[in-house]
Amino acid sequence: MKNDMHDWKKAYAPAAQQEFEEHQGPVLFYNETVIDHFTNPRNVGEMADADGYALIGDPSCGDQMKLWIKVEQGILVDIKFKSFGCPGAIATSSMATVLAKGKSISEAKKLTDDDVIRALGGIPENKAHCSLMGVGALHAAIRDYEQRHANVSPESDSEHAP
Amino acid sequence: MIYLDHNATTPLHPRALEAMLPFFEKSFGNPSSYHRIGRQARTAVEQSRTRIAQLLGCDAPEIIFTSGATEADNLAIRGIAQALRSRGTHIITSTVEHHAVLKTCQALEAAGWHVTYLPVDRAGRVDPADLEKNIRADTILISIMYANNETGVVQPLADLSTIARRHGILFHTDAVQAFGKLPLPRAPQICDLMSLSSHKIYGPKGIGALYVKKGTPLTPVLTGGHHEFGLRAGTENVPAIVGFATAAEIAWNSCTQESVRLAGLRDRFEEQLLASIPEIIIHGKAAHRLPNTSSISFLSVESESILLHLDLMGICASAGSACTTGEPEPSHVLRAMGCTPQVAQTSVRFSFGRETSEGDLDTVIKALETTIRKLRGISSIA
Repeated sequence: MKNDMHDWKKAYAPAAQQEFEEHQGPVLFYNETVIDHFTNPRNVGEMADADGYALIGDPSCGDQMKLWIKVEQGILVDIKFKSFGCPGAIATSSMATVLAKGKSISEAKKLTDDDVIRALGGIPENKAHCSLMGVGALHAAIRDYEQRHANVSPESDSEHAP
Repeated sequence: MIYLDHNATTPLHPRALEAMLPFFEKSFGNPSSYHRIGRQARTAVEQSRTRIAQLLGCDAPEIIFTSGATEADNLAIRGIAQALRSRGTHIITSTVEHHAVLKTCQALEAAGWHVTYLPVDRAGRVDPADLEKNIRADTILISIMYANNETGVVQPLADLSTIARRHGILFHTDAVQAFGKLPLPRAPQICDLMSLSSHKIYGPKGIGALYVKKGTPLTPVLTGGHHEFGLRAGTENVPAIVGFATAAEIAWNSCTQESVRLAGLRDRFEEQLLASIPEIIIHGKAAHRLPNTSSISFLSVESESILLHLDLMGICASAGSACTTGEPEPSHVLRAMGCTPQVAQTSVRFSFGRETSEGDLDTVIKALETTIRKLRGISSIA
């Protein structure tokens, strides 16, 4: 050990190498899951007979998205979206629809952008605001659904309007 | 890999690299040192200065080496502003300048100077008559770029500088994108100060220069030793200076021929895109442009999404701005040209270079056709 300490290369190089390999810096680029959801986004499209609809925009970068939901027995049975957005916006929107589809309205309302980011395995820090788009549009579409059905069944979101 | 981002940076020319190597190794000296190793470095720096001066048609002591064009722009604008403070505090520039100029002017505004930002027409050009109208008794400096980095639009520099001279006002131009890409007139004919960069013309990064016409009052920004005629303190980056001079000569000497070749490639690229992809806008097409630059908006598709698709296919291009580059606002250049934020958000810049071939561009056109079709299919803007 003492001899090793006199050889600075032996003493420091392995540690430095390890540190470099294990370095946990900021996420600089999209991971494979994000790229997958960007190149092959799930639930893309439009819906003619939607129960809820939202058009939202991110004024900070000009992104825009539309999202439609279909609700049966209080369950989000179908979701479709379209997006004018960056890869971060498209991938997080795609993942948001995957997470929400099949869930009850009340469960979907609890979905956060952090849930989406976690499901994607992280996104670059400066892209975090993009993840607000998908979840924001989902919540806005649910609000639209609730408003449309408010006078029909104000007490319950499980009743579907005829 | 197809690299179409030459306005961002270029690969180092092998001859520039070769010229640099001795100054990392045996001729590593400090040019300010008395001894022989120092003198070797000093000789290399002064020879490089002379070589660049010869290209610009000026005298060697009129070339000040800096760490790059950002520093050259800062030295020109802050240096003149300080030196002429008692004479006036008004500066005229344009809305489409590089941030190295814009942010420097904004910093001076915050410190008490006054700045007029001239608008541009839809093709990105400053109107010389507009410049003349905005000159005031206290105007001390006019700074207008030679050619725009995003659109390639070339400003009517001869007209602009003639007006400046007629009014006895110093004229600075950021010629980073034009130097080595366009045949330029002699620097002393068109300006008092000119910023240059090395890494845009196949030289190393971290080196640039400011041409300062003899007799121009200039207060240094970096103070310290007597380097660069007292205008830029700090030990000279000898290998980079040598690489810069070598690359500059190569670019300058091949410029006429290369600009014709690149303009041909660009015109064909744009014609084919116009024919195969609907709803596209070529920015600055009505103006005189750099032969290597094509800035195109693919309507209803966000630019970073295009860039990532291209990147996944091995094609390197860039956007006027993207959140990833830390610049979330849509391109200030395209906004100044009258584009809506949304149209500006759909623009991609292709900047060609020495390695770019017709075959490369055919591949890029095909890649763009599929990318744009795919992204328009998921776009919420019909």
